[in-house]
Amino acid sequence: MSAAAEAEARIKSFTMNFGPQHPAAHGVLRLVLEMDGEVVERADPHIGLLHRGTEKLIEYKTFLQAVPYFDRLDYVSPMCMEHSYALGVEKLLGIEPPPRAKYLRVLYAEITRVLNHLLNVCAFGLDVGALTPFLWGFEEREKLMEFYERVCGARLHAAYFRPGGVHQDMPAGLGDDILAWCEAFPRVLDAIEELLTENRIFKQRTVDIGRISADDALDWGLTGPMLRGSGVAWDLRKAQPYDAYETMEFDIPIGKNGDCWDRYLVRIEEMRQSLRIIKQAMAQMPGGPVKVNDRKVAPPPRGEMKGSMEALIHHFKLYTEGYHVPAGETYTATEAPKGEFGVYLVSDGTNRPYRCKIRCPDFAFLQATDFMGRGHMLADVVAIIGSMDIVFGSIDR
Amino acid sequence: MAFLDRGARAVLLSELAAGLWLTLRHMFKTPVTVNYPYEKGPLSPRFRGEHALRRYPNGEERCIACKLCEAVCPALAITIEAEPREDGSRRTTRYDIDMTKCIYCGFCQEACPVDAIVEGPNFEFATETREELFYDKAKLLTNGDRWEAEIAHNLAIDAPYR
Repeated sequence: MSAAAEAEARIKSFTMNFGPQHPAAHGVLRLVLEMDGEVVERADPHIGLLHRGTEKLIEYKTFLQAVPYFDRLDYVSPMCMEHSYALGVEKLLGIEPPPRAKYLRVLYAEITRVLNHLLNVCAFGLDVGALTPFLWGFEEREKLMEFYERVCGARLHAAYFRPGGVHQDMPAGLGDDILAWCEAFPRVLDAIEELLTENRIFKQRTVDIGRISADDALDWGLTGPMLRGSGVAWDLRKAQPYDAYETMEFDIPIGKNGDCWDRYLVRIEEMRQSLRIIKQAMAQMPGGPVKVNDRKVAPPPRGEMKGSMEALIHHFKLYTEGYHVPAGETYTATEAPKGEFGVYLVSDGTNRPYRCKIRCPDFAFLQATDFMGRGHMLADVVAIIGSMDIVFGSIDR
Repeated sequence: MAFLDRGARAVLLSELAAGLWLTLRHMFKTPVTVNYPYEKGPLSPRFRGEHALRRYPNGEERCIACKLCEAVCPALAITIEAEPREDGSRRTTRYDIDMTKCIYCGFCQEACPVDAIVEGPNFEFATETREELFYDKAKLLTNGDRWEAEIAHNLAIDAPYR
């Protein structure tokens, strides 16, 4: 063998950067790909470009002040992030929110799920070449963010689920608008499905791409649609119901093959199931207060605060010092749209968390990039990342 | 039969034709977009936008320098200095909000016992320089004067829920 031919035979694999400015990298993912021609040999995700030190910052905030930090983790599903935290603090405090707060939380958690899945499904379509569903999906997201804004005053960074309930009650008329939206939304979903589900281009890009077996999914700690797409019917809303999920009737959609197409189908069906839950939550919504009637945790209503000296003192105490949470620790997890979102809270009896470890579902997804992408073409990596539903706000935190 | 059905679909490009037909129909629908600077989307009374310091109807500023907003602000965006005025009433000598730090969580307006600091309905306060976003007391009071009608209206609508 000549020297030139030998050198050619030992050709090194080509290393290339995918992201962080690549639009299909969904944020600031930097993927270092080792390529053999156009085939991926190894994918190495680099993270940290959006690191803000949330966990450490929370240690220096009171329990109330930490709430807005959770909106900024997974900014596609803000209220679901607050949900785990609110439940965790409530567990440590040993309080239970009033029934109306529980139903409001379920209602808005499901609206958030639709928001998240709409973005993911439509952006996934965009990643593999379908522009139109993206435009339709964003029209619906706009309506949903309007529901957000009407209840809490912000379209994304809600700060709505608080330990002890929710911030404010729904304004009059909002419930009817949500129900009217529930009636119209399935048609939009059908339209998106008509463009994507059976479309041969979409199927060529997604079927049998990034397959995960059920065992692999469990081994790698995948949750949410990533796990259900592989055929494991695991959903924390069913497995350990929190808030008002016990009374809700819904099905867990699961996939068969665990490929990108199955995960897409699971998300579409989850949106339909979310609509069922939203309708049930609206139908069963009880009246009454929306936060605990405990002045040591939830601030008094403004009218009372302006009239009563005791209420004013409580108000001042809560907005300066905050409440003291008994020493203890808890791991509280909820089924966020992306998967199991857990908060591990340690309290040492002061008004600030001693430690707040955040378990993000997409952090676990990202480590699966390597074995999912291996042996696939470069273009398939885009489809795989799109179907993983990763958001860097929560991965880098 | 399933084989025939699949074959026919594959040859006739049925799902592609259906998709194209659907997009074609959508082209004739009324567009949902708004012509932004001239048309704007609806805002709820709870909207948390640009900050403003309000006054009482007699022109006296509401803020009594209790510093609750400064204490509760998670982003440490508010700085207040205060001393008694000549008439003996406690007022701020300095009320700064660093709008580049602010995260618009609304805790300041929740904490304010006299409804002085509020997050008004204005969301169009982009500036060309960073310095312009360091709001001082004069700027906040001007905001309050300019938006008082809307702010008072929104607070009145939302009062039963607060």
